[in-house]
Amino acid sequence: MDMVSISSIIFYVLIFLCIYIQVFLYVTFFENRKGFTIRKKTIHLSKYPLVTIIIPCWNEEKTVASTVDSVLGLNYPRNNVRIILVDDGSTDNTWNEILKFKDRKNVKILHKENGGKYTALNLGLEHVETEFVGCLDADSKAHPESLVRIMSYFEKDSMLMSVASSVIASHPQNIVQSAQRPEYYLTAFAKKLLGFLNGIFVVPGPLTIFKKEVFDKLGPYRYAHNSEDMEITYRMQKNHYKIDQCHDAYVYTNTPPTILKLYKQRLRWVYGSINNLIDYRELLFKKTHGNFSFFTLPMITISIISASYLLGRIVYTLGNYAHSKFLQFKLIGFNISYASNFFDPFFLNMRPIFFIIVLFYFFNIFSIVVGRKMIEGKWHLSVDMIYFFAIFSVCVPIWFFNAILDTVISRKPSWR
Amino acid sequence: MENNIDWKKYLIVFLITASLFLTALYLSNYFSNKKINDIKSIQDNIAINILSSETQFSLLSELSCKNISGSLLSAEISELGSKLEWGKDNLGSADEVSYLKKYYSLLQIKDYLLTKKISERCKVKSAFILYFYIPKEVCPECEKQAIVLSALRDKYPELRVYSFDYSIDLSAVKAMLDIYKIKDTELPALVLDDELLTGFHDIEDLELRVQKSFKLQEAEPEELNEGEDKKEGNSN
Repeated sequence: MDMVSISSIIFYVLIFLCIYIQVFLYVTFFENRKGFTIRKKTIHLSKYPLVTIIIPCWNEEKTVASTVDSVLGLNYPRNNVRIILVDDGSTDNTWNEILKFKDRKNVKILHKENGGKYTALNLGLEHVETEFVGCLDADSKAHPESLVRIMSYFEKDSMLMSVASSVIASHPQNIVQSAQRPEYYLTAFAKKLLGFLNGIFVVPGPLTIFKKEVFDKLGPYRYAHNSEDMEITYRMQKNHYKIDQCHDAYVYTNTPPTILKLYKQRLRWVYGSINNLIDYRELLFKKTHGNFSFFTLPMITISIISASYLLGRIVYTLGNYAHSKFLQFKLIGFNISYASNFFDPFFLNMRPIFFIIVLFYFFNIFSIVVGRKMIEGKWHLSVDMIYFFAIFSVCVPIWFFNAILDTVISRKPSWR
Repeated sequence: MENNIDWKKYLIVFLITASLFLTALYLSNYFSNKKINDIKSIQDNIAINILSSETQFSLLSELSCKNISGSLLSAEISELGSKLEWGKDNLGSADEVSYLKKYYSLLQIKDYLLTKKISERCKVKSAFILYFYIPKEVCPECEKQAIVLSALRDKYPELRVYSFDYSIDLSAVKAMLDIYKIKDTELPALVLDDELLTGFHDIEDLELRVQKSFKLQEAEPEELNEGEDKKEGNSN
């Protein structure tokens, strides 16, 4: 068997697995389609437990005030919400911004030398005296109803240890940010489905609420390759702690405004995914860990492999194309054109892969639309999707590939 | 902890995925067959045209060159060639495509013989190149040569390029290989005005040779040309 056919077999196996993942999620969706309602009415809880929100800050002078304001504006008894602001050795004006809140009731401010986000969170955790604790990134804003909606999950299910929210991209200012919006809907949808499967793999920094006992029993946050939120999730899954996703608790986060910043953020995320997966590899295919170990972890593994494989293929195809164009130029120059065949539909490639890729795009569009419906309560199609597909189809394989490369050569990506 | 795995679901999802795959295969097959039929119908069309030209030629050869029509198949033949070449890489059914390729080679030879005859008798400005190649994976020079030939053909509509896969299992092509004594070590090989050129030839070189071939025809005896003019005058 030659290289080409081995490569095609790998390609088809990967594509099969990717479609399998999608179908699995849709079957889960149809099983649970009643669980997507948005609770528009005000929620009344039988009791309102005390919650502390930790806001770690590092050079967030522009956003931290509005983040704190969003917590102060939560529809939750004011005396039952405490805020701990931790300045992780910011070099800008963040500390002065934080100081503005020092006299507010139930607000505690802390300052420490720079040591990374997880150290700021852990310092905050040391000062928590309430039954529930949450973290909120200093570049994000919580929706007024988010906390009460999350707390209603804990009230309903006493086994729950942690509830994550739907992260939404803040109002986009440019194409790069617009392109990220559909992706956040897609992710929110997928995470809700993983919640039904007990297979959530990350309780993200922008607003997650935990029972404090999680940290008392499992220990504080760890460095975990700059993805402490993912690591704590893996640790909870390992210890059979139940996690759910509250789809109608919204938190608005600022997204990277440039491709380069987006690239750095994603490189860090993917690098974190790969390395946490390696650290927790013993959980793969463990019957005792249910769908998390039979679906979620293989899903992440397959995504990483397929995206990098895809990059290889794209580079190979582009290389081939460039080579043949170069040959043509060298041999016959520019002026002679024989492009007459280009519009003949005969040359449309109708190999099986063509239909599968069409299906793949269809699945993704469907997820984005349903994800948006899940969050906003209405059906919507927008041009953002075109930006999304354009930017992400090119970039995703690149940052996956680079994250693998970084892992292999043990180079750590920077935070920003 | 309720961590029961719903194996049935895993199986059902597998079956759904597999059926999606089979549907994709089926659709792909359906379109491949359509394309092969497309190629077949072009070939049939060319075959009819050649046959008709031949018949016309033998019926009318003594009378007038003006009436010879339908022999300008060059565009169609080269379109068929590129579709077959593409089909070899992209259509699943290799047997079918290689069968069609043999048929195509035969049509090329027939077209070559007929057009050559017509152009000799009727003094049509033309040049012919027979091109022998093997797949580009084993012969990078052949890939280059093919690019040059396509460009030349686009530039000179009167130039006819017939390309033959050296390794094709067809006695008519083998006969040509014998006639011009072409060896597989000397590919790509070109035959222009009965002269064998082996190895890669760049566009400048071939352009000169093609122009020379056009001139050769113009330099032929003049009486015939006069007769030709008279005939043309008559038919107008």
